[in-house]
Amino acid sequence: MRPVIEMTIARTLDVAPGIREFWLKAADGSALPAYSGGSHIVLGLPLPGGLQRNPYSLVGDPADASKWRIAVRRQEGSRGGSAWLHDTAAEGMRLQVAVPANLFPMARLARHHVLIAGGIGITPILSHAREMARLGLSFEVHYAYRARAFAALADEVGAIAGDRLRRYDQSDGEKVDFEALLAGRPLGTHAYLCGPQPMVEAFHAIGTRLGWPGDRLHSERFVAPPPGDAFSVRLARSGLRVEVPPHRSMLEAIEAAGVSAPFMCRGGACGQCELEVLEADSALQHNDLYLSAEVRAGGRRIMPCVSRACGGCITVDL
Amino acid sequence: MNIRFRDETFRGDYSYRNSDATVRRFPFPFGLDEYMYSVNIERHNGGPAGSVYEFAFDIDEHYVAECRDRAITLERDPGRCVSLPHMIDAEWDVLELIMTSLAHDYPDHFGLQCDGARWTWTNRPLGIEQAFVFGDAATLPCPPFEYITRQTQGDFVIMDQRDGDLWADAGMITSQADWSMSFDTGMSFKEWHGPVPRAHEIGVFDRALKYLLMLQLGQPVRRLNWTMTVNPRLDTAPETYPEWGPDRASVRLDNVPDKVHLRVELQALFRLPRSNGVLFSIRCYLASVGDLARYPRWAKRLHRVLRDLPQDLAEYKGLVRYRPTVLEWLSRLDDGAPVAPGTHPE
Ligand code: FES
Repeated sequence: MRPVIEMTIARTLDVAPGIREFWLKAADGSALPAYSGGSHIVLGLPLPGGLQRNPYSLVGDPADASKWRIAVRRQEGSRGGSAWLHDTAAEGMRLQVAVPANLFPMARLARHHVLIAGGIGITPILSHAREMARLGLSFEVHYAYRARAFAALADEVGAIAGDRLRRYDQSDGEKVDFEALLAGRPLGTHAYLCGPQPMVEAFHAIGTRLGWPGDRLHSERFVAPPPGDAFSVRLARSGLRVEVPPHRSMLEAIEAAGVSAPFMCRGGACGQCELEVLEADSALQHNDLYLSAEVRAGGRRIMPCVSRACGGCITVDL
Repeated sequence: MNIRFRDETFRGDYSYRNSDATVRRFPFPFGLDEYMYSVNIERHNGGPAGSVYEFAFDIDEHYVAECRDRAITLERDPGRCVSLPHMIDAEWDVLELIMTSLAHDYPDHFGLQCDGARWTWTNRPLGIEQAFVFGDAATLPCPPFEYITRQTQGDFVIMDQRDGDLWADAGMITSQADWSMSFDTGMSFKEWHGPVPRAHEIGVFDRALKYLLMLQLGQPVRRLNWTMTVNPRLDTAPETYPEWGPDRASVRLDNVPDKVHLRVELQALFRLPRSNGVLFSIRCYLASVGDLARYPRWAKRLHRVLRDLPQDLAEYKGLVRYRPTVLEWLSRLDDGAPVAPGTHPE
């Protein structure tokens, strides 16, 4: 289990339409642990239906042990976590926060780093740029946004990257040209992308076509748990039966029942939450990025942070 | 807690000795009569008061002598401390982790004052008071990783995490049982553990690697490993084999209890915050067969484990040559009566 710190919302700032920044401090005022560029934390949000745990990238300066900064975009039609942070969260409130982990680390031996952000994907990219500047590494930043007004944190990235920042304003018809960006790069270049799914797919497809080895193309791959049918889970070890409503993840429902289950990313990427399925009377709906097609076909494994059953009841080894 | 540090040597006249209290807390690794290689990883977040598991970095009566022995080894072979340039963040991570742990766990012996990036470190046993700027290596007498590991018992390797593997890109290795840093710098996790017989067959390293890649901040883990050493010698690296290898032929029935030592490594792994690297600490404990034989449980169990140890593992651990002599000595203390499971002395 990830250690959890009790934190206070010390400040909220609206940095762009629909994007809000939060400063978090340890509730007891103690110094916060350092972290590496690309790290995320997990916020426990006290929603009316129960605690929802959402991961957010850290955007601040890791050397600042007094606060952690995150920037949250309001996700319309989502499960309510980001809406809660926009509408209800206020300075002085307390939250349970799981300590940083990094599933999007920099390759420290790269000769040059190409950082690419689409929209709110700027958050881990900013933290990488800051670390790379501090270490005196060779890097460049490409930041694409809907329109100038939505370019959250652009000034901060600009202050760090200077003329190594290139902006793409989609309202002016500008977009990242992956062909041009990835072609002819010298050996030892690594590229990193955080952005919407179509952008991630184009990045990998074009990079691969241009001959980039997979381990030099890095993307932050998180998915939010998609809603689905209500179903129940039987926990084999305790015999407990847990109901999972349409808008909660299976992991959240298990936790709400007072059972602690392993997790790290809560976004289907890390593999930590994997559970063995002992019995299922309906199909499994896999939404993760972790299990191979082969393992999925076996029907014996599930990642409860994002995946679920299509109604009925499943029994897991927990 | 006030530790009385012994004035002793790990070479030459080998004046190393354990006090009764130190033997009692020895991390005896055999809970059952039969030993099998396994990864047996558990949490390293504290243990019973007074035990070697109580704190992240255990300090005992051998602290000063061990630091002195490390200095001698480094003087002769500076290559035992290596760190590749991209490990500088990880070096500071380790310095911070060790200094904050020691100052917190052993306030009588160590102190740390932090005023922003201006730190002052106090090490009373070694008589050190050092003011420096955290993050500025020029303000320390040597690089941060070397600086702090010269003042800590045990060997250290820092692994960089990339391409789904862990790479041993920095290390301070002066008391390693059967491998050496110059041999291992830059190696991947699997290459590095390559020579252990049987472990690959049972897939333990694949599983261990997968587990370690997901090791989380503030959730260190540990395991024990063991071998045997003739004479209480820390520096048994391949490079100095001519100095200690021949000792294996010096074991006789009458000198077994003093000369032959069980060598237990408490290995711990910590996720590092700034670098996202992993620190691997290898804390070595030595107890002579005579020390251990004071407790009948341990004497009998050691006898049975050594007796039944498969030949390939005995070869890997380098104890083939003197095993029969040790067994002969121990057999006189083993009446064959059952010994209840557990590693405790009495
Ligand atoms: S917690 Fe990472 S995959 Fe579920």
